[in-house]
Amino acid sequence: MSTRTPHRPPSAAAGTVRRLSEELWSAVSTADEHTATEVVLGALDNGVDPETVLLDVIAAVQGRVGEEWAANRLSVAQEHAATAINERAVAALSRHPAARTAPTRGRITVACVDGEWHALPARLFAEVLSLRGWHVDYLGAQVPTPHLIAHLHRTDSDAVALSSSIATRLPAAHAAITACQAIGVPVLVGGAAFGPDGRYAFLLDADAWAPDARAAADRLARGPLPRPRPDHQQLDDLPHLADQEYTLITRNSASLVRSVFTALHDAFPALRTYSEAQRERTAEDLAHIVEFLTTALYLGDEDLFAGFLTWTAQILTARGVPAHSLPPALTLLARELKDFPRATRALDHGAAALAPVNRTAAESLS
Amino acid sequence: MVSTQAQTGVGAEHGASWDDAPYPVLVADAQDSVVLRNDAATVLLPGAHPGTRFADVVPGWLAEAHAAVRVPGPRTGQEPDAEPPCPPLSGTIGERSFEAHPSVRADGAVTWWLIDDTDHVLAREALDMERRRTAFLAEASSMLLSSLNLGRCMDVTAQLAAEHLADAALVIAPTHGRRLPVVTCPRGGGPSTSHESADPDEVPGLGEALRGFPPVPSRWIDPSSAPAWMVPEDFGTVGSIVITPLPGHGVPAGALVLLRRSGGAAFTDSEEVFARLFAARAGAAMSAARLYAEQTSITDVLMRELLPPSLHQISGVDYAGGYRPSADHERIGGDFYDVHPAAVEGDASLITLGDVCGKGLEAAVLTGKIRNTLHALLPLADDHQRMISLLNTALLNSHHTRFVTLVLASAVREGSGVSLRLTSAGHPTPLIIRADGTVEEAQTRGTLVGAMPHAPARTTALTLAPGESCVLYTDGITEAEGGPLGGSHFGEQRLKRVLSECAGMPSESIVERVQMLASQWIGRGRHDDMAVVVISAPRTHHLSAVNGHTRGRFTA
Repeated sequence: MSTRTPHRPPSAAAGTVRRLSEELWSAVSTADEHTATEVVLGALDNGVDPETVLLDVIAAVQGRVGEEWAANRLSVAQEHAATAINERAVAALSRHPAARTAPTRGRITVACVDGEWHALPARLFAEVLSLRGWHVDYLGAQVPTPHLIAHLHRTDSDAVALSSSIATRLPAAHAAITACQAIGVPVLVGGAAFGPDGRYAFLLDADAWAPDARAAADRLARGPLPRPRPDHQQLDDLPHLADQEYTLITRNSASLVRSVFTALHDAFPALRTYSEAQRERTAEDLAHIVEFLTTALYLGDEDLFAGFLTWTAQILTARGVPAHSLPPALTLLARELKDFPRATRALDHGAAALAPVNRTAAESLS
Repeated sequence: MVSTQAQTGVGAEHGASWDDAPYPVLVADAQDSVVLRNDAATVLLPGAHPGTRFADVVPGWLAEAHAAVRVPGPRTGQEPDAEPPCPPLSGTIGERSFEAHPSVRADGAVTWWLIDDTDHVLAREALDMERRRTAFLAEASSMLLSSLNLGRCMDVTAQLAAEHLADAALVIAPTHGRRLPVVTCPRGGGPSTSHESADPDEVPGLGEALRGFPPVPSRWIDPSSAPAWMVPEDFGTVGSIVITPLPGHGVPAGALVLLRRSGGAAFTDSEEVFARLFAARAGAAMSAARLYAEQTSITDVLMRELLPPSLHQISGVDYAGGYRPSADHERIGGDFYDVHPAAVEGDASLITLGDVCGKGLEAAVLTGKIRNTLHALLPLADDHQRMISLLNTALLNSHHTRFVTLVLASAVREGSGVSLRLTSAGHPTPLIIRADGTVEEAQTRGTLVGAMPHAPARTTALTLAPGESCVLYTDGITEAEGGPLGGSHFGEQRLKRVLSECAGMPSESIVERVQMLASQWIGRGRHDDMAVVVISAPRTHHLSAVNGHTRGRFTA
């Protein structure tokens, strides 16, 4: 069995893991920090492998937090509270005697990309590496690239592990990857932003990618990552950036959102009846669409934009908000960006992807 | 077929003498016998008498070439054009190098023109060598220049030297300690670091190289006198060792040791010169890395006191803080916060959060002074007004023309709630998040500190029920400019709306949410320093296990 899967099978029986996950979920979803910590520490007391607790219990519960939020079964406040309690559980775990490991391997810096606030995946990975005997520098959420580079100059890290969960952080991730490589430190990337198959990791020329924390730790255990080429530049990976569409649209994104927002009042008259807060939400949604559009332009991947639109439509529908304002917004954006061929293609592609989702939503409402 | 004229070496058919040809010429007939050679060929290949077998009298490479040309058999006159021209064949005859150009005659005889290209080959080899060296130096420079980390510079130096200059290379850094940091790299292997307890003066040339003075040339040492740590494991017999100093700029940078196996080529003069060129680059990079490391450690020590503290639970009250300086490359700025636990358990802890006018390093230095002053005034923490007045006087009397706005908060756990006293001195009003999502402004007002002779302020008292929080923040949050449409302030109303959604959240989540929304509001725009501190009454009566306490404390 183990030859078929590259990862080590969890040491605890699947039943134990399921029971612990249920217990932790019920504690975390009711913001009961005390019970959450008890569940985690109790598992360690009973001899469950700390890595299993981190990855098969805590990480799994955190995944469920995200799913429940997307389905509108958890509020923003509940989601944040649940995440905070999961983080406290990780902190408690790291102090348990079963999780104490003396460093026997090299040094790894673990950080989230600038603008990335989801720190838990990186935190879990940092703990796993510590458990496996690495000397870990965990820099936390949203690390500005200058801080990361200054840290790497100060320390002799063997590699950087960079985490990003949101695709819009990929341009920032690219800047960070290139900067680390330029000073001779190889970069291992992970997180949902890089795609389920790691396609963006390869596109942005990261030195390694792993689908999850276990695989990433296994990769580092296999041997040092190759030393990166020092003369590697961002434009080498993404020659399409030469058309400057990304640069120009990003620079003017606020005025672009403003024009579309104004025009949307005519195209989507319901907007006039919105409250101030609702109107601000709409403007934020527009800004978000533009951000994903520019990210798709940066990566040269129209599917990314289409995927974002269908996901947004699902999120809106889950909250009882019909996604009717999306198609007119795309039309208006296309009008504003008619001089940008790649943007126009991405918007067409997005509108086409959205059509079936909108039909389903309309049918489910009628 | 074999004409008498041919045997004399004169090509009578064309009326020209083969002996006049500038190159050695040999003709072999279809039966592979030498039929003709000119004078130059006689000098070059004395054994190639006409009538001998071609293959017996020429070097192997030429014989093979001949066989290859002859393989198709005797050619007809029409054929040669159809065949692609052979690439020039070359090899050595005696000491010199020749290109051999065949012309195949219709009767199957082959005329070999031998062109001496010895000098050309030597020039080309020298050019190739120089190109390789230049490429290597360029690669070395870009790899060395890119890093400011001493360890990484040593790794790169050892690895490059082992790949291009020797069978193994060692880089030894000067040290103040007893053990020498040594990076060893065998050719084809990876660099490994060790610390050798060795006296560098016991190895000839090493002590001077590590001191950087007096200047010493590269030094050959007797391989048998090299200490054991200098020779990598499984290296074999050392043929030659050279120790080259790495020149630093005013500071010693270390030494490069190159080893070659016995049986291989020894170092030539030009290789030694080249090793020095490489050493100059490596030394410059390593001394820059050393200077950077020294500067950073100074900065780290000086900055340690200025960095915002990490907050956690103290005496049953939850604290969390977040800080973002105005410039991303900085870690400190003009905002500050502290939580001072009470000297006596049961007394109130003092929380301070403030904003010095200005930003950057100078503002940060002033925050350090203010934080120190407030620390010294802790025995008076019960009386916020008195603390503020004393700080006001201290600031007025200092040479700084800057002033500060701040909030003082005294927090103590009472039952399951937290009782709070808050005083704002010219600072944005603290906000209270009630359990039902109502956001209240604390009823405290005061003037800023350090500008006028008196700084009156009104203190307010309130209680936080479990799950309720008090938010202290600096105006970097509310004055954050941006938003989806650009150009508008984040503002207090929006902050209140955000906070009302945070009811019941743990303190660190509230801090994170405020920081995240403010950062997203700003986008790529410029911003001021931003600081947030949240004081919360924990939701349950249990103490947090995060603060390093074992569970025993509340399960026993």
